[in-house]
Amino acid sequence: MKPILEVNKICMDFGGLRALDQLDLEVKSGEIVALIGPNGAGKTTFFNCVTGIYAPTSGNIFLHDMKGKSSSLNGLKPNKITEKGLARTFQNIRLFSEMTVLENVMVGCHCRSTASILGALFRNKKTVQEEEEIVRKSYGILQKVGISEYVNEMAKNLPYGAQRRLEIARALATEPLLLLLDEPAAGMNPQETKELDELIVRLRDNEGLSILLIEHDMKLVMSLSDRIFVMDYGRKIAQGTPAEVRENPVVIKAYLGDDS
Amino acid sequence: MIIVDYLKKSFFVAIWFMFLTFPIMVIRVDSIEGIVEWRWQNMLLVGIGSFILSLVGRYIRIKQEKAARSVQKGRVQQLKSSLLIDPKMYLPGLALISLLVLVFPFLFSVYQTNIMTTALMYIVLGLGLNIVVGLAGLLDLGYVAFYAVGAYCYALLNHHFGLSFWLALPLGALLGALFGIVLGFPVLRLRGDYLAIVTLGFGEIIRLVLENWNEFSFGPSGIANIDRPNFFGIDMSLNESIIALYYMMVCLVLFSIFMVNRLQSSRIGRAWIALREDEIACQAMGIDKTKTKLTAFALGATWAGMVGVIFAAKTTFVNPASFTFLESAIILSIVVLGGMGSIVGVVVGALVLILLPEYLRAFSDYRMLLFGAIMVIMMVFRPQGIIGNVRKSYLFQEKKG
Repeated sequence: MKPILEVNKICMDFGGLRALDQLDLEVKSGEIVALIGPNGAGKTTFFNCVTGIYAPTSGNIFLHDMKGKSSSLNGLKPNKITEKGLARTFQNIRLFSEMTVLENVMVGCHCRSTASILGALFRNKKTVQEEEEIVRKSYGILQKVGISEYVNEMAKNLPYGAQRRLEIARALATEPLLLLLDEPAAGMNPQETKELDELIVRLRDNEGLSILLIEHDMKLVMSLSDRIFVMDYGRKIAQGTPAEVRENPVVIKAYLGDDS
Repeated sequence: MIIVDYLKKSFFVAIWFMFLTFPIMVIRVDSIEGIVEWRWQNMLLVGIGSFILSLVGRYIRIKQEKAARSVQKGRVQQLKSSLLIDPKMYLPGLALISLLVLVFPFLFSVYQTNIMTTALMYIVLGLGLNIVVGLAGLLDLGYVAFYAVGAYCYALLNHHFGLSFWLALPLGALLGALFGIVLGFPVLRLRGDYLAIVTLGFGEIIRLVLENWNEFSFGPSGIANIDRPNFFGIDMSLNESIIALYYMMVCLVLFSIFMVNRLQSSRIGRAWIALREDEIACQAMGIDKTKTKLTAFALGATWAGMVGVIFAAKTTFVNPASFTFLESAIILSIVVLGGMGSIVGVVVGALVLILLPEYLRAFSDYRMLLFGAIMVIMMVFRPQGIIGNVRKSYLFQEKKG
């Protein structure tokens, strides 16, 4: 399989601090890839570079879509990157809390719809149809993610697990090729984690999505991912299948420390 | 049983009030004529008034207590908002309001009509600022600048070229939008407090330019003898033209409500609210931050430009003193007090904040103090404003199988 995301020798400096150091990473189409590492290893920084929140100091990021078209994501604004087909969720939930659950997802449809101000004011046939389509599509996504019961609820009133799911729903509404999940299971109980596991697999199998996730829950990571990248101090220290990574002495050392 | 009890209580409240107000409301000593006048009808009015108020107050309190007792907090809020959109109350209420609005100039004096026109202008200003502050969450303290732009647009063009009001109206709107974008560009990266400071500065710059650039704006002495709007070429007396302006303002208010309502539940409206809620998440959803901010500034300023033209036509005189920071503060208060992002809230807020000081002329010197006090109390007890924003909800029929 060909890669969908290709990251070459990416570096990110904050003043004198090198947060990402010559990092290479690729995600193949239809793959679930996990990015793990101790706290402060630079995982979220990596996500922020890829999604355009930070501009990387050096290195290249490419997105190859299904039709074989490649585009460089370097220096693009976050919204342009989302348009290209890369959606993300946030580690610390960032929902639009004063909007309803459905509206949160409808916002996600923004970059796949075209209604202008004039369209909004005159409500021509096209705009009305598009709006109906957005509502229908958003509701469909809520059903898919399993939170359609909360449809008209304010996002801030949702239980924690449902908020995490809504973040995923919102990201799905942007019709991504690759979904970046930043600690989707953080703060979830074992039952919720198990359901999340099933949801992610379902998204891959039914929607043909590729998924790159940061996660600390090793049980989830090991059961879910096809491949794992391990980071420490901004560098990639290991990569491979779950079995390989589990046995890798470098990884064990990074997590548990040197026993000398 | 309970009803009788409440009637009794209210009756005693009325008696108490009648007794309390007796010395000032009933007895009047005419020291010149040397006679004492007994105004018993005042006592009756006080009695009836306090009786009704007390009864209504009790009724509302019972209702609230009942609601609080039976259901949890979430439901109470639903009950409160449903009172506003209850179809049984809604249609007759709307009919009553429209009737009142229609016959207002015939019921009340020209002076009252003039005040009402002012209040209507502030409704439109509030609706405009509501786009910027309430929906897009960009704290704009220099909104009055766009108002000034509209007013001077008509004043200058009318003074130099005799441009008619109806041509100036769209021109003022356009110029307002243009200035909105001009202000928007430098502040794209700013938010919160920093944005507020820069917009405040912008508002002052416009005012100072108008005050000091004598060749252009005739300085502090302003521009006088601006034409009143001409309606279909009919010759009108001053009073008639005030009434005509009132009706025009009513139309503009309806038009603005219609437009803002459509905007806020549209794709672009959702983008504004998303921007207000979380800028980073908003961008991650594929929304162009720059474009969204600029449209908010431009569309907000459009209304201010339009109302500015009307202001110039209404007062037939403009000078920089009309566009001080106090004006911005009043408009912002309307939005915050009424309820950020809520159209009904802005309408109510404008009526309260503009009509109240007009009818309480005695307090005119303490307006700023009153503002401060009301704002503080509101922010403490009801931070969402008089009428909070209710989001549109959708009904879905679950497919079975």
